[in-house]
Amino acid sequence: MPKNNTRLLTRRQTLKSIGAAAGAGLVMPSIARMAHASTQGPIRLGFEVHRTGIGSSYGRWYERVGTAAAKRINAMGGINGREVEIIAEDDGTDPRRGAEVVERFASLHECDAVFGTLFSHVVFGAAPRAGELKMPYFVISEGYHVAGGLLNRYSFQPGITDVRAQVKAMAPYVSQNLGKKVTMFIPDFAFGHDHRDFFSEAIKNQGGEVLEVIAIPPTETSFTRYFPRIPRDTEMIYHVMVGPAVLTFVRELGEFFGGRGPALFGYIDSLEAVDTASPGLEFLEGSHFWEGMPRFMQPDADAHEKMYREAVGIDENGASVDDPRDISTAGHMFGVWETLSVIKMGMEMSGYQTRADTGSFIEAVESLTKFPLSDDFPQGEKIFNGKTHQVFGHQNISLVEPDGKLKRVHRTSIEDTLYENDVDYTTQSL
Amino acid sequence: MTREQKSLWLHAAVVLVLGALYFVLPEYHAGNLARIMVLAVYAMGYNLLFGYTGLLSLGHAMFFAAGMYGFGLAVNHGGLPAGAAVLIGIAATLVVSVVVGFLALRTRDVAFMIVMLMFAQTGYLIILYFGEFTRGDEGFVVQQAQRGLFGFDLSAQGIRYWAALILFSACLLGIAKGVNSRFGKALVAVRENEERARMLGYDTHRLKFLAVVLSGVLSGAAGAAYGLLFGYIGSTFATVQYSIFPLLWVLLGGAGTTLGPFVGVLFMFYLIDLSSFLTDAYMFIAGIALLLLTMFAPKGIVGQIRASRVPWLP
Repeated sequence: MPKNNTRLLTRRQTLKSIGAAAGAGLVMPSIARMAHASTQGPIRLGFEVHRTGIGSSYGRWYERVGTAAAKRINAMGGINGREVEIIAEDDGTDPRRGAEVVERFASLHECDAVFGTLFSHVVFGAAPRAGELKMPYFVISEGYHVAGGLLNRYSFQPGITDVRAQVKAMAPYVSQNLGKKVTMFIPDFAFGHDHRDFFSEAIKNQGGEVLEVIAIPPTETSFTRYFPRIPRDTEMIYHVMVGPAVLTFVRELGEFFGGRGPALFGYIDSLEAVDTASPGLEFLEGSHFWEGMPRFMQPDADAHEKMYREAVGIDENGASVDDPRDISTAGHMFGVWETLSVIKMGMEMSGYQTRADTGSFIEAVESLTKFPLSDDFPQGEKIFNGKTHQVFGHQNISLVEPDGKLKRVHRTSIEDTLYENDVDYTTQSL
Repeated sequence: MTREQKSLWLHAAVVLVLGALYFVLPEYHAGNLARIMVLAVYAMGYNLLFGYTGLLSLGHAMFFAAGMYGFGLAVNHGGLPAGAAVLIGIAATLVVSVVVGFLALRTRDVAFMIVMLMFAQTGYLIILYFGEFTRGDEGFVVQQAQRGLFGFDLSAQGIRYWAALILFSACLLGIAKGVNSRFGKALVAVRENEERARMLGYDTHRLKFLAVVLSGVLSGAAGAAYGLLFGYIGSTFATVQYSIFPLLWVLLGGAGTTLGPFVGVLFMFYLIDLSSFLTDAYMFIAGIALLLLTMFAPKGIVGQIRASRVPWLP
């Protein structure tokens, strides 16, 4: 206890006080900015999730990645000093509900942007409403709808490449290594038609040809009756099936050929969330798949990919760390992570604070050109086209090994994926 | 006051209240109400056939989709202005309903229901088959610039609300008048006892045919309006799910009542919307609520009110 409470300050104490005051003067503006930012509340991002309906197996994993990405962004200080709050709602993989959910995000939850839609018909259903509400709408869909000019200035696809780019990039490898005479199995709807049109063009440019396109109606549950239509001189079967019957399709294909027959090249879409070592899929050994990002950890995986896998909670086999039977949709879901990184970049570039800044936010995203390989973009570097609102990146071709694991055997260059612009959204008004 | 006068005042009041709500409701709910009014027109069309004529159809999505695609294709591929495209949509539905009515009415009861379901499934597959024009399952967007009518931009929130209200009011008042006319009463006679109606000299087949056509055209008008006001044309609207929705709406609201379809759509819409605030399992809550309603109000909300308290309800 001091003996004299009224004693004068010593020289040392005075210097300390002055130093503390100067330090506070330096720190206070930052604190004031943070305090100001916090009074504005969090940045709210609406997450349109396919929790139910045909897209639910993807939706579950998309949600998991979105949550992990937001957690990481918040751990780094949020966006413009503000916490990121994810508001997730189920759209039932239904286009009408998709539009209603966008409306809820905009008018009810007062979100700053919306992201997450995968299935193209839901994108088509919701994008017009997002445009009317001037709500930035980031899809992770693979469809050619954004770059094809079918949507509007508020729609972006910066987290995943589109079918046209994927097909164009892979045609050289598959034609040189798997065969030039191709029979295609596609779902008989727009996603399949995009594959048919773009792959037919791409394989022709490589000196090959599509002998037969077998379009499977979406309601089909048994596929054996289609297999006799495969021409005898087929060298490669190209399959890209989606929906609940894909496993049946792949199994019946195996039963039909019994491990012999033409080379198989498929989109991992056919087996997303399905264990490649499942009984009945043994015939897939030696076949090839496209993967947006490898499901199985590759020997040359870099630190960024390892960080991403740990954050999302998937093991070396691409399954949940909590349940090895719970296989992820690793080929696509990285797009959610990278989309959130792009939203962060755009908002920080534009100094985004409120919905009034939406125009500058859109322009900032449009001005982005390159995304480097980093923790923000663990799938790899990217080129972004601000006019078409579409990203371009590396594609992976993987081989199914005897143990059912997928080993990457080819990685395309980004340049292989590029094509001429079909739209310039920047000419549309904001 | 006569029953007809009471009915007129009630319907006029509903229209006025809906008009007034636009100035009171927050933007989100006003947007919802615009969508609900368009879907209520679809339900009213369905109610004309099911509630008043007694014909259970599981294929009405084909009429809704015919109007929607007639409109959308005319705008996107035909380059027509929105007004003309809406008329094309309605004309397309008229043709479809005449053909389907002519063929399907050769059957009755369960067979009629199944034939309608099959026709609708055919319609859905036709949309997928001609994917080059329809964009198959994805559908396509009608851009904002293509959605102008008489100089008004129908993608704007306010204009859209009033356009939906005008369509809804016209259909509601038209149906209210129609079901009280000789024709409307004859339809009810067919529903109650077709044999007796025939014995009294009514051409019941003709009446049922007209009911199918009118019901189809109303549903198609709703489809065209949906495409015009919300800018999306998609095959989802042609699936069996969208044939079951109007049945649910009408059963919930009250079959054979003029306001039942609107109440049914309103109830169902907000049941899902509000329960999704509470839990991810919102369809579970919706299912339980529907089950309870079916058990304790089998005549639907308006039907139950009419049966227990307000017998003059139209």
